[in-house]
Amino acid sequence: MTDAPSRPNQPVYLDNQATTRCDPRVVQVMLPYFSEEYGNPHSAEHIMGQRAEAAVENARAQVAATIGADAREVIFTSGATEANNIAIKGAARFAASMGDPRRRILTVATEHKCVLESVADLTAEGFEPVVLSVRPDGLLDPETLREALAIPTLLVSVMAVNNETGVIQDIAGLAAIAKAAGALFHTDLAQAVGKIGIDLTAWKVDLASVSGHKLYGPKGVGALFVRRRPRVRLTPLFSGGGQERGLRSGTLPAPLIVGFGEACRLASADLTADAERIAVLRGGLWDRLQRDIPGIHLNGSDQARIAGNLNVTFPRATAFDLMRAVPDLCVSTGSACSSAEMEPSYVLRALGLSDRQAARTLRIGIGRFTSAADIDYAAAALAAANAACEAADFENSARDT
Amino acid sequence: MHETHYFDANASQKLCPAARDAILLAFEAVGNPSSVHRPGRTVRRIMEDARDVIANGFGLQSQDLVFTSGGTEADATAIHAMSVGRRLIISAIEHDAVRSAATGAVIVPVGRNGIADMEALETLLSDGNPSLVCLMLANNETGVVQPVEQAAALCRRYGALLHVDAVQAAGRIPVRLDLLGAHSLAISSHKLGGPAGVGALLLAPDAPFTAPLVSGGGQERGRRGGTPPVALIAGFAAAVLAGQAADQQRIATLRDAAERAALACGAVVCGDPEHRLPNTSCIALPGVAAGVQVIALDLEGIAVSAGAACSSGKVQTSHVLQAMGLGTLAGEAIRVSLPWNVMEADIDAFAIAYRRVADRLRPTLVQGHARS
Repeated sequence: MTDAPSRPNQPVYLDNQATTRCDPRVVQVMLPYFSEEYGNPHSAEHIMGQRAEAAVENARAQVAATIGADAREVIFTSGATEANNIAIKGAARFAASMGDPRRRILTVATEHKCVLESVADLTAEGFEPVVLSVRPDGLLDPETLREALAIPTLLVSVMAVNNETGVIQDIAGLAAIAKAAGALFHTDLAQAVGKIGIDLTAWKVDLASVSGHKLYGPKGVGALFVRRRPRVRLTPLFSGGGQERGLRSGTLPAPLIVGFGEACRLASADLTADAERIAVLRGGLWDRLQRDIPGIHLNGSDQARIAGNLNVTFPRATAFDLMRAVPDLCVSTGSACSSAEMEPSYVLRALGLSDRQAARTLRIGIGRFTSAADIDYAAAALAAANAACEAADFENSARDT
Repeated sequence: MHETHYFDANASQKLCPAARDAILLAFEAVGNPSSVHRPGRTVRRIMEDARDVIANGFGLQSQDLVFTSGGTEADATAIHAMSVGRRLIISAIEHDAVRSAATGAVIVPVGRNGIADMEALETLLSDGNPSLVCLMLANNETGVVQPVEQAAALCRRYGALLHVDAVQAAGRIPVRLDLLGAHSLAISSHKLGGPAGVGALLLAPDAPFTAPLVSGGGQERGRRGGTPPVALIAGFAAAVLAGQAADQQRIATLRDAAERAALACGAVVCGDPEHRLPNTSCIALPGVAAGVQVIALDLEGIAVSAGAACSSGKVQTSHVLQAMGLGTLAGEAIRVSLPWNVMEADIDAFAIAYRRVADRLRPTLVQGHARS
């Protein structure tokens, strides 16, 4: 039996797909905007407003550069959830208001809840959502999309990187298929930016959503990419002061936007180095888990997968018992979202896992601030917890018989 | 290069120090408030403590507070969630956030004093049709405080709902949803000394909520999707607490001093001076376009605005002042709004600058005064 490792002096955070630490370099650039530079970026009439506006525009260019877009194609939002809502509802409503007869909207069973709910919300307005299945490796088969597009379709929404499995969809390929069928294409990039290279100019994507706090930036800010050529038009989710070219009203939070811009700049600059280092850590952890826990299984494609993600099903121990046994290790049972939700993950179900397999599954998210020591602890702690859970399980079943 | 004296608090203002400290502290905490592990729970605790503070500050239970990205989203959410099957009635001076969410609304006029006409509201409501009424607590351009308690009583008598945009009032005058009697209240953090990017929709226990505007992962009891911005929420709560302790009489005294200086140069005050926020003054200089005044004052190091900030700096004639029937004066008024950290020296600088600008831009009137 593996000995439990000594407890770390602070929790080991391996839940970087739920959220990431705000990078201290990002906090640093935000600081002036939390103190002396407090102008409203929309108050163009005076110098303080103009300075805030300049900072916001600089950040817009940084975000755009990271996703291969033009700065004028970036709309700031409160986060990826809002961006997904604006993209999906906005594109559908605008098309309908222009007399477009198409009502069909395609998305995928493994999308984030906010995409599935946005699409479902549109049912009440006469739209027809169709949720496509994925293969057991978590990937959407291009043929499945092609077949679904045989019926005239308004919009297709496919996430670039899954939040639970880390599986990377071939967005460039899928977008090209959608465009060939005349549909608009939206992609949720929340888990992708800073993890994989993104070039929205080359990809035939019309709309794309980005989150600040998934890439070591602050919570409360994100962006929506809206293609200019050809121009994609949307009905705003809500209106008001007419900021962000009328697509998203409300005072822009200048400090967060400056931080988001810096986080994007760092994500681009560190993309390769981060991914290589994280891949080594992930490889080491996976090797040790396979060695110490025979029968442990990796869910989702092992090739088309971001470097930081392991989504693993244990042979007997439940995720709940494992997490309780290792309180200093921060991992998760699925997506974070609505708290204390103990339902089996619909993402894992879509990959073909049973409820019982899903209940034995942990998501491990390695990130920029994960050290080799963190990985050592995680490997040893999970092996020890697994052994302890299995032993307890064995005793219980021995008593029962 | 002048030092800038900032009088545009109704657009945005400096973070109060307590809010800044709370934000920076919260940035140290890693975690998603929806995660069940320890860092997640720590972050959740920060968020729920803040929710308690804010809810309590505005007179309701924590479960009735929905965090949003700001006042605009809070207004839009309230109208989205409460207007199903209801006619919309809004005052003529609402913020664009309400006006654009309430397309096709029936308009309640305001008097020359900037106060919404309650008799007109009652006439509208008396047909008994199910309605959602939107009346702001204090106007963002004039600072005039509206008879919201009276409107709430009318709404309840005729079975209507009342949504109150309290974005400019919160933190400047006491605001309690329970005492006002309204069904919902929109609040913005950055207007009360907290960070931009967060706000709240406060719901009375009997307020209906049909569907969220931003749908998502089930956060905020299914009323608003998206990971809540915990650091901002912590700063928001700190600002609410700081606002409760702030000396608004000091602000009012300084505002009155600034106003007297302008009046001495031939300016006129727009809106009922007796029913106003302590920090706001809407001052018209007859014969001089508002945009010209703002630019001239900016060159003197005085930051004011010509109405609401919002989109893009294009100066349009204010719908608020037009609704008050001010005629050409509507295009000649600036908004002077004092931030929490205003000093007497700022007022002195304003008085000097205003005199110079008025003398330069209104030579004929000054001569006229001299002759009379």
